[in-house]
Amino acid sequence: MSTLSVPQTAAATRPRVDKYAPAARRARRRSAGLGLLAWIVGIVFCLPALWMLLTSFHSEPDAATNPPSLTAPLTLDSYRVFFGEGGGASPWPPLINSLMASLFSTLFVLVLALPAAYALSIKRVEKWTDVMFFFLSTKMLPVVAGLLPVYLFAKNAGMLDNIWLLVILYTSMNLPIAVWMMQSFLADVPVSIIEAAQVDGARLPTVLLRVVAPVAAPGIAATSLICFIFSWNELLFARVLTGVTAQTAPVFLTSFVTSQGLFLAQLCAASVVVSLPVLAAGFAAQDKLVQGLSLGAVK
Amino acid sequence: MSTSVSTAPQSPADVSGAPAPRRAGGGAPGRRARAWATRAPLLPALIFLIAVTQLPFVATLVISLFDWNSLAPDDRAFAGLSNYGEVFTDARLRESVFTTVLLTGTVVVVSVVLGLLLALLLDRKFFGRGFVRTLLITPFLLVPVSAALMWKHVLYNPEYGLLNGGWAWFTGLFGVENPGQPDWISDMPLIAVETALVWQWTPFMMLILLAGLQSRPAEIMEAAKLDGATAWQTFRHLTLPHLRRYLELGILLGSIYIVQNFDAVFTLTSGGLGTANLPYTIYQTFYQAHEYGLASAAGVVVVIGTIAIATFALRVVSSLFSEEANRA
Repeated sequence: MSTLSVPQTAAATRPRVDKYAPAARRARRRSAGLGLLAWIVGIVFCLPALWMLLTSFHSEPDAATNPPSLTAPLTLDSYRVFFGEGGGASPWPPLINSLMASLFSTLFVLVLALPAAYALSIKRVEKWTDVMFFFLSTKMLPVVAGLLPVYLFAKNAGMLDNIWLLVILYTSMNLPIAVWMMQSFLADVPVSIIEAAQVDGARLPTVLLRVVAPVAAPGIAATSLICFIFSWNELLFARVLTGVTAQTAPVFLTSFVTSQGLFLAQLCAASVVVSLPVLAAGFAAQDKLVQGLSLGAVK
Repeated sequence: MSTSVSTAPQSPADVSGAPAPRRAGGGAPGRRARAWATRAPLLPALIFLIAVTQLPFVATLVISLFDWNSLAPDDRAFAGLSNYGEVFTDARLRESVFTTVLLTGTVVVVSVVLGLLLALLLDRKFFGRGFVRTLLITPFLLVPVSAALMWKHVLYNPEYGLLNGGWAWFTGLFGVENPGQPDWISDMPLIAVETALVWQWTPFMMLILLAGLQSRPAEIMEAAKLDGATAWQTFRHLTLPHLRRYLELGILLGSIYIVQNFDAVFTLTSGGLGTANLPYTIYQTFYQAHEYGLASAAGVVVVIGTIAIATFALRVVSSLFSEEANRA
């Protein structure tokens, strides 16, 4: 690596001193150009989503024109229809189901992952890396390979179309990610303050709640948001294991199109509404998102 | 000198023998109890995960050995490995293996390359960088079903989709009356699915690679600049080697997530026109054809394939991980 630059050093730096000002100007201009390029690429890349957002505010006839119309009048009609004023199925039960499945599974994940991460980072169990890899390996097991037994179990136990079954499955789906993320966050908590608390006679729950949790709070919040996102997005389990009463928002979305024929503006409004909680959570967790997605392996 | 001092207190204990074992004997239960106390916080998570993820897989293994169609429950019989034979000879299943490999490979490679370009573009300070990054992350944050429905109806629709609409508008500027209006999904089904997935996964690769770029040691980059290295030289000899692990991580995690993709295939094409990947085919085999034994065997085959990728993935993650453990 260093060999590359050494021969050029003496030759290259000296003449550049004279041309310093133009070079800097050129560099600044190039940098501004790349900034502009980034803006253009960003907007083009996001265009489909922005277009969907715009279409959701158009009337059905305006949404389905070719060539597309940018200047069509905006209306909230599609959102009104989506929320049940058009007489279709109400979106509230699936939205509430999704919210329940996501919130409760995230809560259970935290309850299970926080002590586990504690044992893997602060008061380390022996062979803690092996345990970490066991957790990770469960994430690599394709969901579809365990789906049938889960379905059969649910059918025999009378738990089909029951939101709590999804809560349990989503908890297991997110637990490995959460353990990895929290492990890396808890490893950042200084051992000295934990020891100080223990010297003062604090027991494990107290240490976790009063000492570790406040320090690791931002990391715990990011973990929760990511678990929430994954649960909210899940389709395969929800599709196979729920029907009418426990239907989640993504399943509702898929049925939305086929049952009512295609209303483009309405579909866009529905997609926007269903994606909104995830977008909000994702934008909030932006910085930690990558760490969660890469299971804590990249900081 | 110091050695003699330090060994002195130990040797009497070794010689006398008796006190040491008794102390060890008295300490063992205490130590064991302490070890269990350390393990205790770990156990709920571990037991829960084994119960919910490993047991179903064991059940899948068992079911895969049976000839079991739920529409004919009386004919259930032990079938040995015949389901596996069928997985490899059934044209539909074999084709879906091929589709899975092609789909996953294409999506991962294209999204890694695009993600790298985007990460390089964002790895510099410019006005509104945070906002642009937010724009670029958005595809990854849309609910996958929403994204797939959006591609299917808002973009690909042959009559009023944005792709054909935009093309009609563009050619209209030049007075073309009837521009070509392809039916994207029917004409190029696999590419249509791949494009939607690339759009969705590029931000994921970008985020990982951006983290990699930002972890480059600043002083080395500075030194390269002072030494007059060109942008390409810096990229080729410093940035790329540094990014290797992040590229590997992105590729492997991407593969593991995309191999399992169900939402896009289900929504865009319902597995038609040669786009059925293994997860979709397994779903169909068990949910619509009720062939429990066959679906389970196919599931086990997916697991074996994934394990092959995963062992490699674990080694990569492990190297990143041990690097971090050393730092700590």
